[in-house]
Amino acid sequence: MTEPRFDDSEDAFVVELEDFSGPLDLLLHLVRLQEVEITDIPIAKIASQFLKAIERLGLNQAADYLEMAALLLRIKIQMLLPRPIGDDTWEDPRAELVRRLLEYEQIKEIARRFVEQAEYRSAQFVRGWLPPEPEPSPRPIVVDVEDLLRTVEEVVASIPQPIMHRVLVRPLDVEGARERIEELIKHRSSLTFKAIVGENPSVPDVLSAFLALLEMARLGVVRLAQRKIFNTFTIENEEADKAG
Amino acid sequence: MKKLTKLVEAALFSASAPITISDLERLDRDASLKDIEDSLLELREHYGNFDHGIELVEVAEGYQILTLREFADAILDAQLVTRPRKLSAAAMETLAIIAYRQPVERSEIEEIRGVVAEGVIRSLQDRGLIAPAGRGEGLGRPILYGTTQAFLELLGLKDISELPRLDELSVALSASPETLER
Repeated sequence: MTEPRFDDSEDAFVVELEDFSGPLDLLLHLVRLQEVEITDIPIAKIASQFLKAIERLGLNQAADYLEMAALLLRIKIQMLLPRPIGDDTWEDPRAELVRRLLEYEQIKEIARRFVEQAEYRSAQFVRGWLPPEPEPSPRPIVVDVEDLLRTVEEVVASIPQPIMHRVLVRPLDVEGARERIEELIKHRSSLTFKAIVGENPSVPDVLSAFLALLEMARLGVVRLAQRKIFNTFTIENEEADKAG
Repeated sequence: MKKLTKLVEAALFSASAPITISDLERLDRDASLKDIEDSLLELREHYGNFDHGIELVEVAEGYQILTLREFADAILDAQLVTRPRKLSAAAMETLAIIAYRQPVERSEIEEIRGVVAEGVIRSLQDRGLIAPAGRGEGLGRPILYGTTQAFLELLGLKDISELPRLDELSVALSASPETLER
């Protein structure tokens, strides 16, 4: 049983799966296939062909193509609207699209010439052009297990003193540091950072004290002052200040 | 060859990009513009006697020594050089718009091509074919783009005026608004 074949001229167009560089490119292609005056585009036909084409080419998700499809449909509707007889002010709704198509066609023509010119030019080479370094083809390596082990030992022996870092998790004790600072500053108007952390402090101690100080400064309990950049800074007792 | 001609030849040989006459003038403080031009002429004739595999070419507002066209295939076949990667159709169209409308902002390019141009503009800029050429008056003072010396080199143009004139093109903006109205 053979399927009846319809030669539906409406659908008798061919869209190659070539790389259209945009919706205007595709539209121009469809219009040119019609072999009609570009100023007299059969907009209903072109609109339906455009929709089918972007579906077939899997472009119906692309915003640029959808925008064009919407524009075509709008023009199609505008064309259907009745116009008063003898109305000279009527403007062809297709006019702007035609202008854009012609403009785009011109750009395509220029681009085509550019390709030719670049092609022609590229047959002459400049000095100073460095070809990319070819990858040297690796030689097959032939080793036995003994060679391999000896090499491993050599490599290991050649490693200078291995430096191992052990990372200890020392939680910061900001709260504790704060209590200590409050205790220290209670009877004084100012003290240095060094006085808080003491001699040879550990890193977590310094960080804890520093964070506690920032917090206290934020709350206005103490005032931090530094005479010069990189100098040590002093912690001043805001309360004592006020009292004095 | 005159000594200055040899000097000019050496300078052109040393560079990978075209050198302008004013740059060549700096080679010798005693040389006048006329002397440089004479040297270029002498060099061109020297190469032009077909005793060389190279020639002197005027391109991109300067001069450059290039291999003769007839040897391109042999050099390529021997894989001594590779041709630069070709530009995509989208890139060429964008380049065409910028070449004729420069300085031009991105939105204008997008309007003409009907697609977003950001990626293409970036890759053209990466290849040095276009460069920012100022700022527009519009909202947000958009960057305006123009073509570069590398663009002229790409097409082998002496300067921007050598671009095909619009009225020479087979497709012209022939449809005026009058013909569209009935």
